[in-house]
Amino acid sequence: MDWFFNFPFKSEWDPESIDRVIKQFSINNKVFFDGIKAGLNGMISTLYNILSWVPWWGYLILVFVLGYLIKRSWRTAALFSGMLSLVGFFGLWDLMLITLSIVLTSVFLSLLIGFPVGIFMSFSDRANQVLRPVLDTMQTMPVFVYLIPAVMFFGLGKAPAVLATTIYAVVPIIRLTNLGIRQVDEEVVEAARAFGSTRMQTMVKVQIPQAKATIMTGINQTLMMAMAMVVTSSMIGASGLGMEVLISVNRIEMGRGFVSGMAVVIVAIILDRLTQSVVKEKEKSL
Amino acid sequence: MSENEVGKEILRLEHISKVYGRNKKEAAELAHKGLKKDEIKQKTGATLALHDINLSINQGEVFVIIGLSGSGKSTLVRFINKLHEPSTGKILYEGKDILTLSKKDMIAFRRDKVSMVFQHFGLMSHRNVIDNVAYGLEVRGIEKEIRYAKAREMLHLVGLGDIEEQTIDSCSGGMKQRIGLARALASDSEVLLMDEPFSALDPLVRKEMQFELLTIQRRLKKTIVFITHDMDEAFKLGDRVAILREGRLVQVSTPQFMITNPADDYVRTFIESADKTKVVSVSQIMQTPTCVVRLTDGSTRALTQMRLNGVSSAYVVNQQMKLQGIVTAKDALDASASKKLVADFMLQDVPTVEIDAIIADILPIAVSAPYPMAVVEDGILRGIVTKASVISTML
Ligand SMILES: Nc1ncnc2c1ncn2[C@@H]1O[C@H](COP(=O)(O)OP(=O)(O)OP(=O)(O)O)[C@@H](O)[C@H]1O
Ligand SMILES: [Mg+2]
Repeated sequence: MDWFFNFPFKSEWDPESIDRVIKQFSINNKVFFDGIKAGLNGMISTLYNILSWVPWWGYLILVFVLGYLIKRSWRTAALFSGMLSLVGFFGLWDLMLITLSIVLTSVFLSLLIGFPVGIFMSFSDRANQVLRPVLDTMQTMPVFVYLIPAVMFFGLGKAPAVLATTIYAVVPIIRLTNLGIRQVDEEVVEAARAFGSTRMQTMVKVQIPQAKATIMTGINQTLMMAMAMVVTSSMIGASGLGMEVLISVNRIEMGRGFVSGMAVVIVAIILDRLTQSVVKEKEKSL
Repeated sequence: MSENEVGKEILRLEHISKVYGRNKKEAAELAHKGLKKDEIKQKTGATLALHDINLSINQGEVFVIIGLSGSGKSTLVRFINKLHEPSTGKILYEGKDILTLSKKDMIAFRRDKVSMVFQHFGLMSHRNVIDNVAYGLEVRGIEKEIRYAKAREMLHLVGLGDIEEQTIDSCSGGMKQRIGLARALASDSEVLLMDEPFSALDPLVRKEMQFELLTIQRRLKKTIVFITHDMDEAFKLGDRVAILREGRLVQVSTPQFMITNPADDYVRTFIESADKTKVVSVSQIMQTPTCVVRLTDGSTRALTQMRLNGVSSAYVVNQQMKLQGIVTAKDALDASASKKLVADFMLQDVPTVEIDAIIADILPIAVSAPYPMAVVEDGILRGIVTKASVISTML
């Protein structure tokens, strides 16, 4: 009766063979991967240099002004810059900038890849059918799994962190670009075609502008997913706020963990509210 | 009506059919055997949207296609600019089959030859009014100043003034459809496709727009393919009307002919939903004037005429058959003693109607006229219209 309770078949196949293939692949294409790694690192450090060129009070003012412009409330504006100054108060300012440079690089890459893919899916039903399950898989796959190939190809550090974050965060921008364009009123698209638009003109002059609100939501979600990867990606050596959290977990340092965790939350909330309000503003004007 | 100015054939649809779904071939065969839409759906699972449509549309006419929801009107009109493609058949524009045009030529065809007005306006909410109107010119690559000038001209033509900068959302339904019309007219295309353009508007605005369209049509003389499900609208606007039923054409003719000669009971029911007084003209219900007397006749002759025809009044005409007046039996009797001529005792205040007037317009006269009304054409007596025949058109 053993077969009844225990699954009777077991493959002789060795999961490590995948490792070997990937490893071999990465060795064979070392130049290629090193090139990408250098490129990614270059982007991250350039962004970091720009971010740290702005003085701390510059950020407080920026957040205050944006907060006011978007929310139309002095209190919200003051709250945003108050929260941001807490990060400096905890002594985590520079770590925050490192985290931001990794997150924003990932978001930039996600948009660079995701936007065109989303557009492609929107007008090709075939592509839509093929890519949908792929996207589902990418989103439900435990995020840690992405860390492994990232490390295999790029070793430890910020570059693999950006890669893993991008894979994770690219999904919503693809989905929502696709959805947004498909949701555009059929008659409006027909009108564009009826007046002799080329496919490109229909896309650029009508479909994308009409889908703007949904696409902006996608950008917001991509940003939030990238922020959610901050701690995870520190496991493969991405420095910044996530690393602080990870260290304090490992050492069971409650206070340090709480403070750095708070800093991540603060940055996430401010980024979320600012980008989300842009969406709402757009929806109102539609 | 612009009937007389209608030119030669511009569009021709030959054996157009459209089947949605699987088993297209099977469905087409069943359709040829004359099976109905839902029978075909049951047997094959395919939707027969249109079957073997043959139409010829002339330059400068308003051609109305009418049918119930799902009868295939939208599908049919979208074939003409190839927004949809028929399963089989040909569409000839000035003799050339447009379905065989290359992608590039099709775009050029849409830019220059046909434009379209949509039921829910199809306006682009991210653009302001003038950029909507100028859209067709913009995609052609026409300079901003030129296209704006044209767009402004069109906005004025449809009765909209200074709303260029307004957002689409701030416009009312009637304004939106005027913008839609202006956009279509801005292309200067020969053919205007209109898919239920006024159905989304409330009745008052709709009447206004119908009038506006007729006014513009009188000026520009476009070829208009107009879709509606409202028989009143069809008869009011159409030079010719085509009735579509479950994907098949039932009858194509002028409104007047359709009313007097409906092809079958389906058409008859359709017509009954319409207000016929707006379509039927005086010429269709008038009778030949049997009792006519001359100015120089005497009262005795007038009385004899009336008695022979069994009526109590007679119309008076001169040598050229021009209407002069009316004599009643009572006046003729009174005058018979004095041997007066008709000219001396006739009444000159006669209720007259023009021969091409529609019934709705003569209703006020018909109600108050004491005698049958005289129908005249250039002053010449052509017939008479009785109260009874006017009332029978309203039933
Ligand atoms: N993309 C499609 N796929 C399947 N069936 C369709 C499709 N488009 C239209 N049909 C079917 O074709 C038939 C005709 O549709 P169409 O939209 O032309 O009707 P209509 O006369 O314009 O109706 P309405 O007055 O509701 O606009 C309907 O039975 C409809 O269900
Ligand atoms: Mg329709």
